[in-house]
Parts: sequence; C-alpha cells; structure tokens
Amino acid sequence: MNFLYQIAPNLEPLGGELLKCIRQTFQMLMVSGLIAFFLGVLLGVLLTVTKSDGIMRNPILYKFLDKIIDVIRSIPFIILMVLLIPLSRALVGTGSGVTGSYVALIAGTVPFFARQIESVLADVDYGLVEASEAMGFSPTEIIFSVYLKESIPGITRVTMITFVSLIGITAMAGAIGAGGLGDFAIRYGYQMGYRDMIWVTVIIILAIISVIQFIGNVIIKRTTH
Amino acid sequence: MIKLEKVSKIFHSGGKEIPAVQDVTLDIQEGEIFGIIGFSGAGKSTLVRCINLLEKPTAGRVTVDGVELTGLDEKKLREVRRKIGMIFQHFNLLRSRTVYQNIAFPLRKSSLSKAEKDEKINSLLELVGLADKKDAYPSQLSGGQKQRVAIARALANDPKVLLCDEATSALDPQTTKSILGLLKKVNEELSITIVLITHEMAVVKDICDRVAIMELGRVVEQGTAEEIFVHPKEHLTRDFISTASNMDKFLELVEQNNELTRLGTGDKLVLLTYSANNAGEPVISYLAEAFSVKANIIYGNIDILKGKTIGKLGVALSGEPEQMEKALAYIKEQKVEVEVVKE
Ligand SMILES: Nc1ncnc2c1ncn2[C@@H]1O[C@H](COP(=O)(O)OP(=O)(O)OP(=O)(O)O)[C@@H](O)[C@H]1O
Ligand SMILES: [Mg+2]
Repeated sequence: MNFLYQIAPNLEPLGGELLKCIRQTFQMLMVSGLIAFFLGVLLGVLLTVTKSDGIMRNPILYKFLDKIIDVIRSIPFIILMVLLIPLSRALVGTGSGVTGSYVALIAGTVPFFARQIESVLADVDYGLVEASEAMGFSPTEIIFSVYLKESIPGITRVTMITFVSLIGITAMAGAIGAGGLGDFAIRYGYQMGYRDMIWVTVIIILAIISVIQFIGNVIIKRTTH
Repeated sequence: MIKLEKVSKIFHSGGKEIPAVQDVTLDIQEGEIFGIIGFSGAGKSTLVRCINLLEKPTAGRVTVDGVELTGLDEKKLREVRRKIGMIFQHFNLLRSRTVYQNIAFPLRKSSLSKAEKDEKINSLLELVGLADKKDAYPSQLSGGQKQRVAIARALANDPKVLLCDEATSALDPQTTKSILGLLKKVNEELSITIVLITHEMAVVKDICDRVAIMELGRVVEQGTAEEIFVHPKEHLTRDFISTASNMDKFLELVEQNNELTRLGTGDKLVLLTYSANNAGEPVISYLAEAFSVKANIIYGNIDILKGKTIGKLGVALSGEPEQMEKALAYIKEQKVEVEVVKE
C-alpha cells in the first residue's frame, strides 16, 4: 500500500471514491452488457433468419429492424443519452445515476453488436442449414444448434470487441451522473489535474480489458476445431 | 418408392422466370439405385430437392413411401424428412461437433434411449469404417472420410431413401470408387433406395440400376443403365456415354479427319456396341469369311456395367457395296448395335 501511495500520492485521500467508481463501472458493464448481449444476439439472429434467403423469411420485419438499427447506430452516443432520458424514466423510473444509464448504454451497444452478430452468422455455411432442414429440424432448432452453436468462436470475438466499446461509452455515461471510472478521471484527473489518478484509471481499465480478452481467447481456443 | 408426377419448379429471380424443373415424371422403385445425370444447370439439384421438399415444387405431386409430401404441413413434413436421408457434394458436416456428435445430431429427436443411440452410432461408425475417428473433428478428416461421416449421419434415423446430390463430385477417382462401393453396400445390406445425382456417366456405370438423363429441366430419356448404355436414343445421352468410355477421343479423331480414320471410297466407319452375351470378335471375323468385308479395328473399349461387360468397337469396313449392306444387316441380327459414324 505504502508503495502505491508513493507513486500515486492522491490515492490515499481518493481511494474510497475510486472504489465506489469502480463498483459503478462494473455495475454498468454487468447489467447493460448482459442485457445488450441477449438483445444483440436476438436481433442478429432475427436479421439473419428474416432475410430474403433466410429460414424464416419475413421482408417486412427485416426491413423494419434493418432501418431502425441503422438509425440508432448513426446517432452519436452523447446525444443518444440525452435523447433517451424520457424513455429511461418510463422504463426504470430515472434518467440519471447508474440506473438511469442502462437504457442509453444498451441502446448505444445493441445496434453495433447486432450487426456484428449478423455478419458472424452470415459466415455459417448455408449447406449446414440445408442439411439440418433435410434432417427434419425446425427453424428454431436450426437457430440454436446450427447458427449459434457453430458460431461460438465468432460470437465470442465480436462480444470482446463490443465489450471494449461498451467500456468506452460507460465513461461517457458519467455525463448524466452515472459516475464510474470515466467520471472519476474527469473530475480528479482533468478538473483537479491529478495526473496520477489518470494513470490509475487507465491501468484499471486495461486490467478489465485484459481479463475479458483472456477469457474470450480461452473460449475461442476451446471452441474452434 | 418415390413417385414424381408432373413436377415443375419455376424460380423467380429479378423479375425473370427460371424454369429449373419442368414437368418431370419419375417412378423410382423400392431398393433400386436410380441415377439422374445431366450437365451443370440442367436442374438435377432442384429435382432431388423437390423429393424431400427442400424446394417446394410449383406444380405436380411428390409421393415418397406412399405418403404424398406435397400435401403435408411443415410439421408433418419435418417428420417424414427424417426418413429421407440426404448427402451433399460439400458434405455439410457441423464443424463444432466431432464425428460421433455429427452422427448423433439427427438422433436428437428420436425416441431411442441414450444407450440405444450410442449403440446405433457405433454400428454406423463400423459400417462406414470410421470407428477409430469418432472423436475427430471434421477439419481433421479427408474429403472421403467426411463423406463417410455424412453417409452415417444420413442413415442415423433408418431412412428408407437416401438422396445423394453430387456426393462424389468433390472427390478423386479412387475415393469416388470407395464411396460408391459404400453406397452400394448401404443399398444392398440395408435395402435403402438411393437416388444419385451426378454429371459423370462413370458413376452411373458403376452402381446405378436405372438412370434418367436431364436437360434444361426436363428428363429427356430414362431406362435401365444397360439400355441407356447399349441403345442410347438421345444425342445428349450419347455424349455422356462417349465421355465415360473415352469414345470422345475416337470421335474427335474422326471429326479432325485424322489419317487413322480416313476412309477409301465406299468404306464405312461404324461403331459397334455389344454386351457380353453377343461378343464382338467372332462377328468381325465372320464378316471377312462370309461377305469378304474387311474390318479394320481403330478403337476398342470395354465397360463394366454393374458386372456386365459392354464393349465398343470403332471399325472401318471396306468391301463390295452389296456385301457391306448384308454385313451390316448380319451384325444387327447378332443384336450388336451399329452406328455409322462416317461413310
Ligand atoms: N434458388 C434459386 N433461385 C433462382 N434460380 C435458381 C435457384 N436454384 C437454382 N436455380 C436455377 O435453376 C437451374 C437449375 O439449377 P440446379 O442447381 O438444379 O442445376 P444442377 O443440374 O444441379 O447443376 P449443377 O450440376 O451445376 O449442380 C439453374 O439455371 C439455376 O440457375
Ligand atoms: Mg447441383
């Protein structure tokens, strides 16, 4: 500890605050990450199967999803955040704080992630889908045991990429009072000019990313044959 | 076993109509190996895919094992599809699953117990000769081995019918032979009806009982493999046969007027096709004796068609015109097919 305080002197008075911010960042990552993951996979699958050559062809639904994803994706996150405050109030009862950030974080992540899932699923050889249809499998069974099962390495890869960009936008969520490491870095590193606190946040974020990447790489290695 | 009645499939693509299959009627018997041959784009794949309704025919009826598939709803259709195995040119194995798991895949919906499934899979692995590869992943297998896995997988639900879409087209000749051997074994030992699509006459020659020739979405000729080989009617059929027995080389020589095939006045270049029970040789020596017609053999080939030999001889005949006529008539009498290639 003493050694740490020596190289980062501001850690001593700000340690408690830092821990709180780390907890907030984790909370944002966990909750919005988990929800965004499922929504993104769901949308990616829907885009894949409702396409004109998909197994549950539905041009109207496809067009609708396709457009809405493009629209949301083209709005800069900082604006999206403000735009979604009323929706957040309606859904989770507040438009600020950690809880108030979830809706925006999810909306900022899902469209990008859904597109990536779509492109991963497009790499699944259509021959496999056809063979499964010939074996008498239903579209739902094909989605789970062919599209998703065969794509685990690809899904893991894009999840890692998206996770890193989610960390990026959680830092911005500090602007609506969500706190977190980004907010910590702005308040102490920028406004107060504590260089050591900037370094501390950078190191913590790098550590989080490294852990995620390590886990992701293990999964990819285990599931690629 | 499989009945196609006036089946048509029209694709709509970019505002245009593509009639991939037109008015095809076929009756495939239980236990036979039925070949469908045609050049690329003839509509072969579309036609087999109409058998298990992977492609919904735009007109006509499809009946498999007494059940009319064209009248079924999706759910029922999925059930009957389990009794129709299918294998593909590119194997279509699941990469994330081992050989064992690939074969287990279609069994997920079966009512067998875990132990019964295990026994089933192991016996299939024995059948296709891959018992030692059961824990390998498809990426670790050769093309021939992958197709063996695909065959085992297609047989997992004890189908009555096995559809093969260019199952050997991605394989070398040696491997093709061994896969065809396996299909033959499957056909004989498990009495499974096989529909085999190919663009190689050699495949038909090796294992098919009957064959249909397709062109531009239509079946232009069909019959037993022997009939087709010995008495081809359509030009297209002859093309396939000549490719299969190297005869195209001979015909090419004729076309180029090579000196080997150059004829004197009144000479005829004929192609004789005979099967084992009316062998060609004695006929030819008889020509010289009885009609003083000289026969000069330019080309010869023997095909083995499901164990039966079919010979082809390209012969230049010369002699008196009257004697030539008699000689040709005599040859025909011997049930040897004669085609005058050049006079
Ligand atoms: N889904 C589709 N949409 C539009 N046209 C199609 C479709 N599938 C096939 N066709 C057309 O139908 C025709 C027959 O195709 P098919 O694949 O049945 O031929 P094939 O005899 O199997 O050829 P190959 O030997 O190359 O596999 C072709 O002209 C092809 O372009
Ligand atoms: Mg084809």
